[in-house]
Amino acid sequence: MADIAAPNAAVLAGDRRTGLHKLMQRKSTIAFLMALPLILLIGILVLYPACYAIWLAMLNKSMTKFVGLGNFQFLFKRDTFWDVVFQSCLFAITAVIFKAIIGFVVAHFVHNIPSKGQRKWRGMLLVPWVIPPAMSTLAWLWLFDPAYSAFNWILAHFGIGPVPWLGETGWARFSVILVNIWAGAPFFMIMYLAALKSVPEQLYEAAAIDGAAWWQRIWYVTLPMMRNIIAITALFSLIVTFANFDIVRVLTNGGPLTSTQLFGTWGFKLGIESGDIPLGSCVVLFMVPILAVAASVILRDINKRGSEV
Amino acid sequence: MAQVTLRKVIKKYDEVLAVRGVDLDIADKEFIVLVGPSGCGKSTTLRMIAGLEEISGGDIVIGGDVVNDVPPKDRDIAMVFQNYALYPHMNVYENMSFGLKLKKTPRDEIDRRVKQAAQILDITELLDRKPKQLSGGQRQRVAMGRAIVRDPKVFLFDEPLSNLDAKLRVQMRTEIKKVHQKVRTTTVYVTHDQVEAMTLADRVVVMNAGLIEQVGSPNDLYHSPTTKFVAGFIGSPAMNFIPCHLEQAAGALRLRLTDSLSMPVPASRTARYTAFVGRPNLMLGLRPEHIMETRPHIEPDQHDFNMTIEVVEPMGMETLVYFTVNGAEICGRVNPNAGAAAGQSMKLRADLSNMHLIDDTTGKVL
Repeated sequence: MADIAAPNAAVLAGDRRTGLHKLMQRKSTIAFLMALPLILLIGILVLYPACYAIWLAMLNKSMTKFVGLGNFQFLFKRDTFWDVVFQSCLFAITAVIFKAIIGFVVAHFVHNIPSKGQRKWRGMLLVPWVIPPAMSTLAWLWLFDPAYSAFNWILAHFGIGPVPWLGETGWARFSVILVNIWAGAPFFMIMYLAALKSVPEQLYEAAAIDGAAWWQRIWYVTLPMMRNIIAITALFSLIVTFANFDIVRVLTNGGPLTSTQLFGTWGFKLGIESGDIPLGSCVVLFMVPILAVAASVILRDINKRGSEV
Repeated sequence: MAQVTLRKVIKKYDEVLAVRGVDLDIADKEFIVLVGPSGCGKSTTLRMIAGLEEISGGDIVIGGDVVNDVPPKDRDIAMVFQNYALYPHMNVYENMSFGLKLKKTPRDEIDRRVKQAAQILDITELLDRKPKQLSGGQRQRVAMGRAIVRDPKVFLFDEPLSNLDAKLRVQMRTEIKKVHQKVRTTTVYVTHDQVEAMTLADRVVVMNAGLIEQVGSPNDLYHSPTTKFVAGFIGSPAMNFIPCHLEQAAGALRLRLTDSLSMPVPASRTARYTAFVGRPNLMLGLRPEHIMETRPHIEPDQHDFNMTIEVVEPMGMETLVYFTVNGAEICGRVNPNAGAAAGQSMKLRADLSNMHLIDDTTGKVL
């Protein structure tokens, strides 16, 4: 307002200063400036590495020549690549499903604990998720040891075993999935617990009076009310699980042979350990389209549902 | 359609008694309103009838069956909640048909009943909307519709109108009454609003501190309260309570309010009140409409007196005047044209034929 009221005698230089002043006063400018640090951070830490990875994926092994999509073509022809695709999907989907189910069930148990003791239980149940996976996986590694581990020792008492936890394809896949579920289920538990607490108690009372048994209350009230949280949690976990590195790396290092390799670990093996960085980043880039499809499907559902509640 | 009987029903939360032994017989098709201040145990009583709260003692009988340990879904009741508790992810039709669907009612039967209930409540055009798209009054109707389609033995209403604005509340009150006249089902209705209680109920149950104070028709409660609590709770503006003494003078009883103000007790009450002459802690209970401006023609048991008016509240059809007698603030209802003015003396008239004598020690109306 003060600018407009300025006397007409204002010189040209003054006008220019006023224009800049106006620009600075605009809400969108201020918003942009305030978001700038974050934009820079994302640019440096996400966009640059992502573009760099794409660039790397199109070079030859010694990174001296541009080969276009040559690396991708090479990968498609290798059986190991398709094994890794299958193993990654199996690993991520199985683990997320079980994490979701266990998280859902445990969240219900915790929700029904009187609030006095609930904090304690919540804290304890979060432990697997809080300790660094590389460390906790080491503990699992000992538990899985074929010769002197606790698991096989207990099983031996029942005349079972010894089980080759990490030594056989099927068991090795089972073991890495198990540890991933153990480490990831608490996240689902805490998300579902929060969602459960936000469902109004009266809806359950109304359902009880309408004649719903406990499982019908879960099916018709809890699940629809938690739909968005379930979808977002699953998506988030799917991404993290798909990109898992530490558990497999510590537990099996992708073995036996390549039967537990995931995109992340195989990419690491090819790129860092075998020194073919372009091929490694090529492998890792394959996660992008797969996760993009999953994300768009789940998020579209959230948008559709979000407008209802 | 069913009778509901409560026998010595008790509810204990840890060591706190929320409901301290309620006895109540509700006749088939009767509209009963539980009313009382917050924390009086009325909602708890309703929730115990619904089966949402376990009872700590006594019996609840619905339609001849003791239902103490029967879960809500098997009690054949329907409930309308204060915040409606509509399922947000279902549309109106699904909300209303949910109970029938769970009971595996045939689809065409469900359709028929939902359409019929929708017609009664005038919500036919809302059937495919989601609760979010409805106004408060419409949600209220849907919640009632959900109850009606079930055709239950008993309707339970838990303060269903308290989330609505004042105008809509009056409208929905009439609506509920209409619905009950069409769908004659035993109804238990909880409210803290005594106007709702009076206007809706066949019989009103006034509760206080976990106990029933009085049960009776709205007019009974208004004209013949048995306790000071009921006398003060029912009616707005509330009944006036004035500390007083009973004096015997020349064979007649006189009600002494102050040194300078006393009035003869109506002859019809003399016999009843004689025993209380000289008793301390007595109170005169007189409703505001029984304190009016003086008029040319005087009826028996009416007495004029002069008072300095302290506050005047014009209401349009009447004017409320406030003054103090014996330390008690008194409200009277006078004609707007009677010339009431704050700070001025005014000749008022008390109609003692409608007086109540209250023993303030026991809280009983004598």
